[in-house]
Amino acid sequence: MEKLRRLTIKAGSSFAVIAAAISAGVLPASAFAEWNKAAFDAKNMNDVLKAMGGGAAEKSGDIAITAPDIAENGAVVPIAVASKLANTQSIAILVEKNPSSLAAQFDIPPGTEPNVGTRVKMGQSSNVHAVVKAGGKYYVATKEIKVTLGGCGG
Amino acid sequence: MADPMRIRAQLKGDVTEVRVLMAHVMETGQRKDSAGNVVPAFHIQEVTATWNGKSVLTAQFGPAVSQNPVMNFSFKGGAKGDKVVVSWTDTKGDKRTDEAVIS
Amino acid sequence: MKKDKLIAVLLAATALTTLSVQPVLAQAQEDSQKQIERYRELLADGNPAELVEARGETLWKQKRGPKNASLEACDLGLGAGKVAGVNAVLPRYFPDVDRVMDLESRIIYCEITLQGFTMDELTKRPHSLNPSERQTDHEALTVYVVGQSRGAKVNLSQSHPKERESYLRGEKMFFFKGGPYDFACATCHGVDGQRIRLQDLPNFQKADNAQRAFTTWPAYRVSQGAVRTMQWRLLDCFRQQRMPEMVFLSPASIDLITYMGVKGKDGIMDAPAIKR
Ligand code: HEC
Repeated sequence: MEKLRRLTIKAGSSFAVIAAAISAGVLPASAFAEWNKAAFDAKNMNDVLKAMGGGAAEKSGDIAITAPDIAENGAVVPIAVASKLANTQSIAILVEKNPSSLAAQFDIPPGTEPNVGTRVKMGQSSNVHAVVKAGGKYYVATKEIKVTLGGCGG
Repeated sequence: MADPMRIRAQLKGDVTEVRVLMAHVMETGQRKDSAGNVVPAFHIQEVTATWNGKSVLTAQFGPAVSQNPVMNFSFKGGAKGDKVVVSWTDTKGDKRTDEAVIS
Repeated sequence: MKKDKLIAVLLAATALTTLSVQPVLAQAQEDSQKQIERYRELLADGNPAELVEARGETLWKQKRGPKNASLEACDLGLGAGKVAGVNAVLPRYFPDVDRVMDLESRIIYCEITLQGFTMDELTKRPHSLNPSERQTDHEALTVYVVGQSRGAKVNLSQSHPKERESYLRGEKMFFFKGGPYDFACATCHGVDGQRIRLQDLPNFQKADNAQRAFTTWPAYRVSQGAVRTMQWRLLDCFRQQRMPEMVFLSPASIDLITYMGVKGKDGIMDAPAIKR
């Protein structure tokens, strides 16, 4: 295995350090944009879209979801989303049957590939939606994932 | 304080592929402890990544992101030896910042 | 949790006799097995065990204990200070203690001799108990050392009489039936295609099965959100077998690991792995 080079900046939780980092240009100020509580509390896709400031999402074949058809353990379900839509601005991953739908949202600045991956918890078999904002509009692709062992609780 | 992240940044052609592993319990707020009390939600909320001071990704996580989160993304323009810096903030306001050199 | 365990055991008892004779089920299981394989592949890159490995490396090199020493002078079987590849030759005979030790026993031996810790404090709570708890120092150290053996070919020495004896005792134990269901390790791990829920149970009589089982522990257990060591694996299988609780680092545990390691000869170390 390749050796990972890793350096650690002493960040601690001191605001002064962060403030200094921002003014020194290490971190962009936008890095600390408000966490969208309303979107993460929403129970379905429409409410998530509303909380993000969007309307309905249009189905799109230009969004690819890479994920297993069956997940052995709902606690860890790998999901990657790739968008071929021009001017992709953000990618969100929603699990329909979770207590709250939205799992994660990624903002894609220019220069970053519209292709992200993470792992999410699924309490049961469910549709997973990838919602992409591109050119100011919302698009969605959906994939069903079966879970053999629920990922909430135990 | 939280354990360090593991960040891998590799140049493949003209794209830098980044994989980040974060150490965090990502408590959902749905689970009960052995005494039957609900364990409050406690999770990473925001993740930011920069390359040479320029933002290359920002993410918002809810409690449904798996324990010990993994995040993959890639961007154009990186060169071997450049630094990629990743920071996260959780619901208690704890922060963690680590960096990796593009290889 | 407890109820889950019980169900697993009961399922085991029935699965062994019924599931294998139903061809329709078998076909469906084969398909889902392929899907599960894909799931596992998708998980392979990005194993949270790496986080624990990194912490273990720091611990290994840190001056700790009453003697304020690091573990860097520890002889894990390939010479003092040598970490690379050791898990591929352990358990083995150590002249300084005149007995066979597995990796976990040897790390603890070094913490005692080099750093001045006591056996009691090191073995009181070797495994973390629940996912919200930090992994123990023992788990972190073990995972770090094991990670340094990636790519090494398993080749346990059997030249010392005590190494041979350890293997033979391990083999005996593997086939020894006990507990309320009269199970031996071999009941679950000595038959082809044995499966509980969706878990394939390795058949240690087959080299490739034994190799895979031996070379992928310790492993990050997705279901537990934690890295588990080989000693933990055995502890849990003793429980599955409804045997008396296995004592951490006991001669029985070491002998069983010796047996599995010899059976897994020529496997390529690939731990810490990630498992369901
Ligand atoms: C009642 C059935 C049963 C018995 C008896 C049993 N095990 Fe297991 N063993 C299992 C199951 C089930 C798994 C897989 C667990 C999982 O994936 O969650 C397993 C997994 C293992 C593994 C890890 C394999 C891998 O590839 O990850 C090892 C090693 C192992 N057992 C050794 C033993 C030994 C040694 C004994 C005897 C002391 C034993 N087992 C007795 C059911 C059993």
